[in-house]
Amino acid sequence: MTDIVLDIDRLSVAYGVEDNAVTAVADVSMRLRRGEVLGLAGESGSGKSTLVQAATRLLRPPGVITGGRVTFESADGPVDMLAADEHRLRKLRWSGISVVFQSAMNALNPVYRIGRQLTEVLRAHRPGMSTADRTARAKELLRMVGITGDRLNSYPHELSGGMRQRVMIAMALALEPRVVIMDEPTTALDVVTQREILGELIELRDRLGFAVVFITHDLSLLIELADSIAVMYAGRLVEHAPARDLFDAPRHPYSYGLRNSFPALSGPVERMTGIPGSPPDLSDLPPGCPFHPRCSFAVARCATDMPQLVPPAGDGSGRLVACWRHEGTEPPPAVLAVPTVPAAPIRTTVAPIAGGAV
Amino acid sequence: MTAVEPNRTARAAALEAVDLTKHFPVRRLGFHRRVVRAVDGVSLRLERGGVTAVVGESGSGKSTVARLLARLITPTGGEIKLAGQPVTGHSADLAYRRRVQLVLQDPFSSLNPVHSVRYHLYRPLQLHGMTEGDPDAAARQLLTRVALTPAAQFIDKYPHELSGGQRQRVAIARALAVRPEVLLADEPVSMLDVSIRLGVLNLLADLRDTEELALLYVTHDIASARYLADTVMVMYAGQVVEVGPATEVTDQPAHPYTQLLRGAAPDPQRAQVVVTTGRGSPPSLVSPPTGCRFHPRCPHAMAICKQTAPPSVPVSAGHVAACWLHTDSGAAR
Repeated sequence: MTDIVLDIDRLSVAYGVEDNAVTAVADVSMRLRRGEVLGLAGESGSGKSTLVQAATRLLRPPGVITGGRVTFESADGPVDMLAADEHRLRKLRWSGISVVFQSAMNALNPVYRIGRQLTEVLRAHRPGMSTADRTARAKELLRMVGITGDRLNSYPHELSGGMRQRVMIAMALALEPRVVIMDEPTTALDVVTQREILGELIELRDRLGFAVVFITHDLSLLIELADSIAVMYAGRLVEHAPARDLFDAPRHPYSYGLRNSFPALSGPVERMTGIPGSPPDLSDLPPGCPFHPRCSFAVARCATDMPQLVPPAGDGSGRLVACWRHEGTEPPPAVLAVPTVPAAPIRTTVAPIAGGAV
Repeated sequence: MTAVEPNRTARAAALEAVDLTKHFPVRRLGFHRRVVRAVDGVSLRLERGGVTAVVGESGSGKSTVARLLARLITPTGGEIKLAGQPVTGHSADLAYRRRVQLVLQDPFSSLNPVHSVRYHLYRPLQLHGMTEGDPDAAARQLLTRVALTPAAQFIDKYPHELSGGQRQRVAIARALAVRPEVLLADEPVSMLDVSIRLGVLNLLADLRDTEELALLYVTHDIASARYLADTVMVMYAGQVVEVGPATEVTDQPAHPYTQLLRGAAPDPQRAQVVVTTGRGSPPSLVSPPTGCRFHPRCPHAMAICKQTAPPSVPVSAGHVAACWLHTDSGAAR
């Protein structure tokens, strides 16, 4: 059995057809390993949500998958996600791949109690289970995400935003999927709640071994959370690297700019510049590298040719970058060639929250 | 809770609030006269050429403070002083709003979609009777001030033709049109893409420096408060828990709640593992906890914290925390 649970190969997605089509995801390839937390970073409109919606076949019209392959390694062997029929997908959803969206407040049905919504997943996928077993499992799931079992009788409006998001995570884990996709799951929550939920998520990942695709625009969050980070810009993957390396030694000018867009919480307060200009209009992309109009390292070639996502010249760490400044004929700019610390930990673990609760 | 007053004398106060309180009535069937204590006894001082950041989670009352200072809502108690003069009643509202302007969070809904940029910038001048001179030149100059250049390219655009960052710059330009002394910015960058947030924060910093604006920056992001502000004020459950020089509050937080916020914020530079203490969520503001409102979540809570609200205790020069730990009796612990 292979180590790769989700293999996205040259996936392309467009919105609309023919002349009006806008390419939202172009030629994106990435592999998710068992138990890995893959961070997918990018700004609004960069195609990160579209990518996972297409890969899980949740994409709705006018979105159209225009090319590529997606293979999910299920318990009974590989599944071609793009060829799978509705029946097959239905079996896979929740049990193989589950998705947690940003708006937990809308994801739960307001007129049903939490318990009914949690047991419904089990009833649909495990018809043999008795009612008592289902309730017991639902209680166990709630406990896993730090909610007491008596909350099964609550309605969604009786829970805080953080608790509702926890219920959604519990539901996503109910059938022990191999892959959990989280699309900005904590963006609407306060930082303290966010920290608690992320701590619980990592703990559960360590215990249950599922892989996570974590989508967010907050790069600083991913560095503490993810094993590797993929950065998207204008529908393309521009860099994919181990999380710490991406922060300490970014290679793509956009990753470098993003990293310098978050004010630090320590050290001297220095004026930072962010990235000049605004994200591009997908229906009117510049020729060549889509980032070149905002890039301070652009050379003539960037305005004409599209760079491919390849390992930078002389880098064997598994990092991939799509930038002409790294193709090897001349040395890249110094700030984009900071050496990676060899002993750098591949992953920083978010500590479990110390119980300060009263 | 007593007033928190950082001892500053260097710069003139443009806008001051003393013991500001706002209770919203809860309307229910029956005769319960219950209120939501959104803001309780908040005092602050905005100086010319200075940025004060109000940091807190949702429900901490930080936006209510901005709305009270903008006089969009009437305080239940307390006093607002503009350049030392108490502001009372509604008779002088127009004059007050010329001097104190508000920028809102969402630039997608705060601009009128059927009007051009020119109209958005010209309208405040009309309303405030400041139309002498060439309106077109005034609008162009405003756009230049918020770095939307060349101005000719933006002046005839409609909001849908602008990106989020550009819209927020138009909203800031509109606020600047009437040459205010105080700018209240309620989460001005939280709806914007990360790559353009810094540009807007830098613009606010430049306006503070070049135009001697007094700026209130309301945010939930402690790192951006540290970046932009001179003074940071931390709110919890409608009250001020800590106030002081920005880097001092963020780097050496004295109040356990500030410590919790600081620990929970993502920080890639952090070397050690994160241990946050004090989980749980903010209390109900209809019936807040007795004593210190943070005590049910506080890892250091003592008996006195449950009974009596803490005084504002000076921690160092200009740095004040409302916490029993910093009193003589608490320090002995």
